[in-house]
Amino acid sequence: MTIIAEFSIEYLQCLDKNANLVGDLPSFAKDNAQLINLYELMVLNRTFDTKAINLQRTGKMGTYASTLGQEAVFVGIGHAMKKTDVLVPYYRDYGALLQRGATMKQILQYWGGDERGSDYEECREDFPLCVPIATQFLHATGVATAMKYRKQKRAVVATGGEGASSEGDFYEALNVAGQWQLPVVFVINNNQWAISVARQSQTGCQTIAQKAIAGGMPGIQVDGNDVIAMRDCVNQALQAARTGKGPTLIEAVTYRLCDHTTADDASRYVPKEDLDKAWQEEPIKRLQTYLETEKLWDKNKEDALIKQCQQQVSQAVEDYLNIEPQAVSAMFDYMYETLPKSLQQQRGLADL
Amino acid sequence: MAEITLVEAVTQALAYEMQRDENVILLGEDIGLNGGVFRATDGLYKKFGADRVMDTPLAESMLAGLAIGMAAQGLKPVVEFQFMGFIYPAVDQLVNHAARMRNRTRGRLTCPMVARAPFGGGIHAPEHHSESTEAMFAHIPGLKVIIPSSPARAYGLLLAAMRDPDPVIFLEPKRIYRIVKQNVPDDGKALPLEQCFVLREGSDITLISWGASMHETLQAATQLEQQGVSAEVIDVASIKPLDMDTILNSVAKTGRAVIIHEAARSNGVGAEITSVINESGLLSLLAPVQRVTGYDTVMPYMKLEKHYIPSVEKIVNSAISTLEFA
Repeated sequence: MTIIAEFSIEYLQCLDKNANLVGDLPSFAKDNAQLINLYELMVLNRTFDTKAINLQRTGKMGTYASTLGQEAVFVGIGHAMKKTDVLVPYYRDYGALLQRGATMKQILQYWGGDERGSDYEECREDFPLCVPIATQFLHATGVATAMKYRKQKRAVVATGGEGASSEGDFYEALNVAGQWQLPVVFVINNNQWAISVARQSQTGCQTIAQKAIAGGMPGIQVDGNDVIAMRDCVNQALQAARTGKGPTLIEAVTYRLCDHTTADDASRYVPKEDLDKAWQEEPIKRLQTYLETEKLWDKNKEDALIKQCQQQVSQAVEDYLNIEPQAVSAMFDYMYETLPKSLQQQRGLADL
Repeated sequence: MAEITLVEAVTQALAYEMQRDENVILLGEDIGLNGGVFRATDGLYKKFGADRVMDTPLAESMLAGLAIGMAAQGLKPVVEFQFMGFIYPAVDQLVNHAARMRNRTRGRLTCPMVARAPFGGGIHAPEHHSESTEAMFAHIPGLKVIIPSSPARAYGLLLAAMRDPDPVIFLEPKRIYRIVKQNVPDDGKALPLEQCFVLREGSDITLISWGASMHETLQAATQLEQQGVSAEVIDVASIKPLDMDTILNSVAKTGRAVIIHEAARSNGVGAEITSVINESGLLSLLAPVQRVTGYDTVMPYMKLEKHYIPSVEKIVNSAISTLEFA
């Protein structure tokens, strides 16, 4: 017997769980302003997330999927993307979407049950939050196919959870992306839980990243609580994609510090000791510690940031609560470009 | 001008539109050099190249998902599903995304794609190759479902489907892919999508059908004529949205209707048409609307399929019993 192929999966980390620098900083991170920007974005994300849960709990919004503990994954993605790239997000991905130009108001509007929340004003080509698991990966390959057909130097990022990596659509997307060498980056937010199904019950694979091998592309595992590594990893994958070097699968290892959604109660199945341990490794505290060690951050700056984030979020909430309701007829008006006659009749009978 | 078959009319429409619009891209399994298992894309790979006639890996959900992404970027993907029996892995994508993209983004992203699939029985195909499940898609808000029944309508309706700004399921009755030939000028003229076609005018009864069963329905109308019955024959063609005006006008004239479809009987499109006739045309009815359909059975394999597919005899008998009702 001979070995005809061998593969390896690399792990990327810049800051370890104690915020110690491991190896060299990537070049972007040598610019302190970039690091501070990443930190501010994560704090804004968490402030927004806390408020969104509160809005649901007080009956002012519908079910909401929290992103607590996973801010580095999505903030890192958004930070690495260019405006001309396209984001195909899943339902927990606010950190990237907000940097793309979607607003907090619109994300609240979406979870508040108003379709206009997905009519992003700035990132017109980005997809809306995707709920049916893993279906978005195929949309990303389609967008990437269009980019390749038009010989454009841009790329697509699609996100999903590790549960999504069990779906057929995920494998189908990897397969075609690898075969056609499409300009797409798949990011799996491995937050250890698919609602109540733990990572170790999801797949017999040692890593999610190695699923890339079957698709014919590189797979890399990154510390998803390390926003520096996360941002660097996505940036490199995007650059490869934009320059014709094909797709990448990134597995970002993190921990869901929240319930699956506001309709879930994770205390029914998440072991408390695991959760306590995960809190010790969470991304915001980690970068904050590093910034403080480097004398780039202090309590005054922190207080000012918190205040500023709270003001921004409060404004978004106020804007959300003051949105004019949609006309009832809106349910008909976007079904087709031209409303068929039978639907015109139903529209006429609806309670408008 | 040479006469062409229905499948050749499909090829002609695809070629015309690809020539006219470089955003039109074909996707499917075996559609490239092989020209598709029914040869619907014959010659297009050589003419337009691999970038526009894309042989894909074998995965149907992928086909639909790719098309949705491409369509969101302003391309016009035309997907060939090799047989309707293999479209089901793509249902999630078609129902959850293609049909909803315009609505859920309030028009920001749209899904101008066409999903073509040969469907129906009668060609002695293996298991899973002969079903008629158009009603499944016709039930889904946001989709359009189109079924041609002649070379000319295949050409004109497929052009219209490709030019439509919304997703269209275009089902091709493979039993009649090659049994009728017509002169079909390659003039690029599309037919309207939300419209029935009156194939034959009559005054005593309305026969309503679509797809391959149009063939038997027209034969039944000829036999009825020999018995002194004047049958009006309607090709529904647009299963969704339905053109009920044409059907109701016909029933108002004849007072009697028989609906013929190869698909299983329960919850079929015939039930919807009957229901609208009852809602809006009851007082013009002289007899209950009858249906001649496939059975609520699994589509039989080839040895029994002829007993499943509505026959000329069953259509004639149904029409006679409708005419004899009081």
